[in-house]
Amino acid sequence: MSTASTMGDHATVGRYETFSYLPALSRDEILEQILYILENGWNASLEHEHPSRAFEYYWPMWKMPFFGEQDPGVILAEIEACRRAYPDHHVRLVGYDNYAQSKGHAFLVHRAL
Amino acid sequence: MSTKTYDAGVKDYALTYWTPDYVPLDSDLLACFKVTAQPNVPREEAAAAVAAESSTGTWTTVWSDLLTDLDYYKGRAYRIEDVPGDRESFYAFVAYPIDLFEEGSIVNVLTSLVGNVFGFKAVRALRLEDIRFPLHYVKTCGGPPNGIQVERDRLDKYGRPFLGATVKPKLGLSAKNYGRAVYEMLRGGLDFTKDDENVNSQPFMRWQNRFEFVMEAVRKAQEETGERKGHYLNVTAPTCEEMFKRAEFAKELGAPIIMHDFLTGGFTANTSLANWCRDNGMLLHIHRAMHAVIDRNPKHGIHFRVLAKCLRLSGGDHLHTGTVVGKLEGDRQSTLGFVDQLRESFIPEDRSRGLFFDQDWGGMPGVMAVASGGIHVWHIPALVTIFGDDSVLQFGGGTQGHPWGNAAGAAANRVATEACVKARNEGVEVEKNAREILSDAARHSPELAAAMETWKEIKFEFDVVDKLDAA
Repeated sequence: MSTASTMGDHATVGRYETFSYLPALSRDEILEQILYILENGWNASLEHEHPSRAFEYYWPMWKMPFFGEQDPGVILAEIEACRRAYPDHHVRLVGYDNYAQSKGHAFLVHRAL
Repeated sequence: MSTKTYDAGVKDYALTYWTPDYVPLDSDLLACFKVTAQPNVPREEAAAAVAAESSTGTWTTVWSDLLTDLDYYKGRAYRIEDVPGDRESFYAFVAYPIDLFEEGSIVNVLTSLVGNVFGFKAVRALRLEDIRFPLHYVKTCGGPPNGIQVERDRLDKYGRPFLGATVKPKLGLSAKNYGRAVYEMLRGGLDFTKDDENVNSQPFMRWQNRFEFVMEAVRKAQEETGERKGHYLNVTAPTCEEMFKRAEFAKELGAPIIMHDFLTGGFTANTSLANWCRDNGMLLHIHRAMHAVIDRNPKHGIHFRVLAKCLRLSGGDHLHTGTVVGKLEGDRQSTLGFVDQLRESFIPEDRSRGLFFDQDWGGMPGVMAVASGGIHVWHIPALVTIFGDDSVLQFGGGTQGHPWGNAAGAAANRVATEACVKARNEGVEVEKNAREILSDAARHSPELAAAMETWKEIKFEFDVVDKLDAA
């Protein structure tokens, strides 16, 4: 007997790497990830891009990486400011790991509709 | 200066090759062997015999020994230790001068250290437990063609383990159906799919046909998900010429990654392929078929940590390490020990992880650890904890055995992994809270809920055969 009627279907949708298979993170959940970045000694940074160009490696940087900034509240406020300045862009939070010369973390904090 | 005279005949090895006062040089290549000597052979003599047979010695003195400075070229047994919990065997530490080995040749190192000596009658069994490669030697090797950071940057994936799956059934699919399986897994959320190691170019699916269909699948999944994807195209082949032909075609099709079996293919082929990959911007995934023949017996052979070090020097961007938790053999502490050897820059001696020496890799890039073999969503919390971000969690049946098929299986793997990473970053102990984390994530993912239901009873609880030596 076919099980087709009880079977689910997985639809393909556009994704944005880390955490894009989870529900959008709340403000508190974003705060936790900022703390994770800071506790690792990484520098938080924001980048943003229009969805039509999201596949490209380089997204414009919002201001500069927040070198030495230890207050997660400041970074939350910058996310909000970046979002207001580019309402039709995705916004990504990055943790630059200068020891590994790479990004230790990167995920979307605001998804443009 | 030398006033030695020629004295024909057989001397005790220990007279020449047992040097307990020797202080190893920073440039010496050091080895630790587990020796099980024949009854009545003293430990010092057995250790010296191993040092001799793996360096300059032969069974008798020869006149031409006096034409060189054997005191410079000989290997020296310099320390003997008990093996914890084992009265029969002992550890012998041997120092080899760096000039015994050709630069950049893992082949030459292994031919000496695990050559004739392993069949030597004075020892009943012999196992090479560890090698300390001096940084001087490390710098002569090419190493990983790209390394972990370059791979992350090319694929634009950060802050989480990569996810892969090996296409099943591993033999017998046509190229087009095989490409379908690949497409479904990649669109569902995996980063990589993989040729099974047995898949080379058989009558049911020739390599050229497979490469074309697979790359079409990769291209389309990438376009639809907006994420970068790859498939490890297996270029392991009967000859090096054929291997390079396949690698060139993979490049022509725009593949980001190819794969090779380093033990069955051999270190010469592997090192050449790694060099080609470095020149051509190609990632190199390394499978390890035949390793268990060499490394599983606790008394004889070569420990996998040595093979892992050799692979990092020969070149590869990914290496299979076992999973600790899945269907294949692997002790947790020991696995963590050689995973460090793949990824870190300096690893101190740590007997609790089976590491007999400090190892300095200098600036050599790291290798991604690939955890593969019998894993599914319920293993993910443990895997994220054990392997961390710089790893590939490599599924097979754990993606394709999903009741709704490959795309749903892939999505379940991805959701579970991201949920564990998120919880870990929040300071949650992921392994302890596995059920809660996964159940929580499954509320938003029917794919994960179905996977959890399907595999809730599957465990692989056999004791490991090759454990770390402990009292």
